[in-house]
Amino acid sequence: MTAWLKDRAAIVGIGQTEFSKASGRTELQLACEAVKAALDDAGLRPSDVDGLVTFTMDTSDEIEVARNLGIPHLSMFSRVPYGGGAAAGTVLHAAMAVATGVADVVVCYRAFNERSGFRFGDTGSVLGGGLPLWLSWYAPYGLLTPASWVALHARRYMHTYGVTNEHFGAIAVVDRHHAATNPDAWFYQRPITLADHQASRWIVEPVLRLLDCCQESDGGAALVITTADRARDLAHRPALITAAAQGAGGDGEMMTSYYRDDLTGLPEMGVVAQQLWKASGLRPSHITTAFLYDHFTPFVLMQLEELGFCGRGEAKDFATVENLSIGGVLPINTNGGLLGEAYLHGMNGITESVRQIRGTACNQVPDVEHILVTAGTGVPTSGLILSPSA
Amino acid sequence: MSRIEPSMSPDTAFFWEGVAQGRLLVQRCGGCDALRHPPRPMCPACNSLAWDPYETTGRGQVYSFVMPRHPRYPGFDDPHIAVLVELEEGLRLVSNLGEVEPEDVTIGMPVEVFYATFEGGIVLPQFRPAAPT
Repeated sequence: MTAWLKDRAAIVGIGQTEFSKASGRTELQLACEAVKAALDDAGLRPSDVDGLVTFTMDTSDEIEVARNLGIPHLSMFSRVPYGGGAAAGTVLHAAMAVATGVADVVVCYRAFNERSGFRFGDTGSVLGGGLPLWLSWYAPYGLLTPASWVALHARRYMHTYGVTNEHFGAIAVVDRHHAATNPDAWFYQRPITLADHQASRWIVEPVLRLLDCCQESDGGAALVITTADRARDLAHRPALITAAAQGAGGDGEMMTSYYRDDLTGLPEMGVVAQQLWKASGLRPSHITTAFLYDHFTPFVLMQLEELGFCGRGEAKDFATVENLSIGGVLPINTNGGLLGEAYLHGMNGITESVRQIRGTACNQVPDVEHILVTAGTGVPTSGLILSPSA
Repeated sequence: MSRIEPSMSPDTAFFWEGVAQGRLLVQRCGGCDALRHPPRPMCPACNSLAWDPYETTGRGQVYSFVMPRHPRYPGFDDPHIAVLVELEEGLRLVSNLGEVEPEDVTIGMPVEVFYATFEGGIVLPQFRPAAPT
């Protein structure tokens, strides 16, 4: 990636539904509600939109979203694969489209009933039609859930660097503390302690306890992207897209990349990190706050290392409650993250980062200069650096 | 005890046919002799499409292991051990560890393959602590 895209596009609108365990409505309706809310927030009309981007996993077709919103025509639409790894990738696609003039206004959306509908951890009950080929190397041995796939990888990291499950507790505590003061969060007013974390039951022993695993949520979120020039005339302070990148590493699988020489890192995030720093000209010390994808806590520690916030094997000492809370050296997941606010496949980390840029977050970090956002880990992934306009 | 039956493709069927015969097979590239697993059509080192099955010793060491506790699936002891084995040939594969208690397993422990038949005639490679040689 070159620096060509730097600050040429901006996120100008954000929208979301409530986050729940049973939305009581279709995924398509959630998507439409989120897109409409994001356009209203931006002060734009459906007729201004000519591009849509979503996840390959999303069930709401672009043309159905357009039909519901009354978007008259679309000149650009694309989808990003690999589950939650897609989140920031949708913004990259949208930014490329508006910066090149292929589209004027692009909306990125993600909506699902991941708790009341199909649950990602429920692989075992839906295999009547036969195992997907890749899963045939894992499911017969009892590795049937994202938690189990991640744990077998993270165990090697723990072994190599002397990391224990207690080290992961700091991530859960920070997220739940931030969620406790965010009325949108499912775990609003319900903080936890390290003792609560250590008392929670094993999901995959000795790596993941219940409080190391993100929640499951119903809901939708959407982002409106246009050029930085047009953004200046819109309702809110734009969140400039200083850098956006996708990344896949060599010899990888969707969540079971067990065959690489070394299992102590997240090479996909390394590919993303290298591009983000190069394209932005920034360093980790320039980042005021970050949203680090937290579907499972061990991969937050490994991300801190891949992104260069600390050295290899040092995250167990860096990732303290003090360092990662507001007032610390790198406040993370100020909305409560996927553990505390909602599991919206990372899109709620981007909406929160835009609020931080605007200065409207419930847990506002003072003097935000640059925000780093990452997408799902253990899979091909993506990342963003957002900045306020000058 | 039941286990979920693996799916196969023309790229992977040889592995399961080998397991049914008590042999742990991987691919050996016809172009550069590199071994690979899981099976796939092309050699990433030399891009050859030619390969033949290569029988491993079935011995290796524990590279990583975990005990999935929740959700519970029928056909598995609680706890059961999912293991990532690094074979002597340098390849890794996922399996289960048997004939050992979780507290006695260590990363780096020598292990050897054996074969278990589950309900419906499903045969899977399993590993256990290696007999002293």
